[in-house]
Amino acid sequence: MARKPRVAVMKFASCDGCQLSLLDAEDELLAVCDRLDFVYFAEASSVLQPGPYDIAVVEGSITTVEDEQRIRELRACSTRLVTIGACATAGGIQALRAWGDSQEWIRTIYPRPEYIHALATSTPIAAHVLVDYELHGCPINAHQLIEVLIAFASGRSPNIPAHSVCLDCKRRGTVCVMVARGQACLGPITRTGCGALCPTYNRGCYGCFGPVDGGNAPPLLAEFRRQGHAAEQLVPLLRNFNATAPLFREAGESLLDNPTDDR
Amino acid sequence: MVAPLWLAPKERLQDLIDALRQRQYTVVAPVVDQAAIVYDEIDHIDRLPRGWIDSQAAGHYRLQPTSRDRWFDFVVGPDSWKKYLFPARCVLSTAKPLPDGWQFESAADDSPAYAFLGARACELAAIQVQDRVFLEGPWIDQIYQHRRSRAFIVAVNCTRSGENCFCVSMRTGPACHSGYDLALTETDEGFVVDIGSERGGDLIASLRLPEAPLEKCTAARLSQERAAMQQSKQMATGDLPNLLMTNLEHPRWKDVGDRCLSCTNCTMVCPTCFCCSVDDVTDLNTGAVERQRQWDSCFHEEFSNLNGRPVRNETRSRYRQWLTHKLATWHDQFDTSGCVGCGRCIAWCPVGIDITAEVAALREAPVRCPA
Repeated sequence: MARKPRVAVMKFASCDGCQLSLLDAEDELLAVCDRLDFVYFAEASSVLQPGPYDIAVVEGSITTVEDEQRIRELRACSTRLVTIGACATAGGIQALRAWGDSQEWIRTIYPRPEYIHALATSTPIAAHVLVDYELHGCPINAHQLIEVLIAFASGRSPNIPAHSVCLDCKRRGTVCVMVARGQACLGPITRTGCGALCPTYNRGCYGCFGPVDGGNAPPLLAEFRRQGHAAEQLVPLLRNFNATAPLFREAGESLLDNPTDDR
Repeated sequence: MVAPLWLAPKERLQDLIDALRQRQYTVVAPVVDQAAIVYDEIDHIDRLPRGWIDSQAAGHYRLQPTSRDRWFDFVVGPDSWKKYLFPARCVLSTAKPLPDGWQFESAADDSPAYAFLGARACELAAIQVQDRVFLEGPWIDQIYQHRRSRAFIVAVNCTRSGENCFCVSMRTGPACHSGYDLALTETDEGFVVDIGSERGGDLIASLRLPEAPLEKCTAARLSQERAAMQQSKQMATGDLPNLLMTNLEHPRWKDVGDRCLSCTNCTMVCPTCFCCSVDDVTDLNTGAVERQRQWDSCFHEEFSNLNGRPVRNETRSRYRQWLTHKLATWHDQFDTSGCVGCGRCIAWCPVGIDITAEVAALREAPVRCPA
């Protein structure tokens, strides 16, 4: 039998929730470890082996100069690089600094601001190095991560759906909260992955899994506005965990450019 | 032609439910849930949406109480009977690893025999369309066949039309003419019951109902006619397949593509849409594989993948694919339109795209440009 692929789980600016979701997948964990050799996984073991790695699983966004260097080094010693979670794929909640004065915050919050070397931006990994696969979500769906790892270990493409949340609502019999209750729901432009969790609890989707590929935000925003949702409510809805994902970013900015446009 | 019967007072509908349950049917009927009228299993008339109606428009659905003691004055909601005949998710087969190979098995469908209480004329038409797809072609869907062959249908004639209804122009309603075991028409005092099949007649015989008085039958017929008169929405179907297929490069496709979210809602609520995807899912611990089928949609890009890449990578082309299939090539494939005029795709489109308006726009300024 061929040796098991060597896997490194690496963290950048993030909360660790995505990598912990792998440890939470208790039913599959032993079977996953039968197929993959986790040689660098700080949340699981203090034995941290150096590269090269067959698969690097990367959580978190790039927020410091050191991060920029470290991700290049990791890329150089990894055959495949998979990014997991909203931080790594879109910049995460910390990307909200795009609309603030981060230097002013650092001066105000930290007693010794000179120790802080944060960049003015929080950017996804793919803005810095080639990424072989992006797995979205805040947090990710652990079963999707296992699917990606097992697929790469067995030399096939991952089978991860990329449609909107709406399809999940209809499959599980959840009535549309936008049509039947007039809620602002990002489901039509948000990628599947959560199983339509929020609409099933009678509230609109707030886009944890980021924009769906080819999402068409302008007509949805126009409909929100027509139904009476104000720009000041809609902009925070778009500026969450995937605030700087291009579709959500442009949608939020278009609302601020036309705050009273109700088409 | 058997004379219609008279079921009154309305509470005696419970006797019908009891009779169905005694014959081992699982009764499914409209109920209020999640701010809408959906279909669910019931055992008592208390769960019916008595006193509720729906206010609908393009991209809009709201429940409202009504002062009249009406049990079926609402029209169709987000659910259709498709969810019982062609379930959203199911297992088709399994494969278990053995020391010397694999053991393959078709999955057993252990669904109960359903009695659909409250199916409308457009829904009967939709079931007949899906019959053609799943039962009457070269390939028969075992799950659909198993469920459909045992289903007992208690239809309800519409006595009110909703704002999105256009069954009259699609010639599917609002009155039920075939495809039911029993059909009810609600009046102020009770239900006129039409018998549509031998087993319907057998079942209703146990209730020992009198023949419906002539004035009740007249009231029932007039209320059906009134529902038909109420419809303002319509779709002109004359030469429609040819109109669509000779306008494949019409600028309207881009216009609607710019408005469409490609969210898949229209296809999910459509009672005739039958697209699905099949995936083999492996249990990591046992190595056993389940072949799972679930509803899918021509509206998302991935569904048009051939060899890993989409062939319809613009919303414009996906909307065109849906509409031309539904209204044109469906005729070639199944010898019927795929649209029954229920209006669900209009109501449940988050941005209110109206299939009848899109067809009207093409008809108004055809450009006759085959692809």
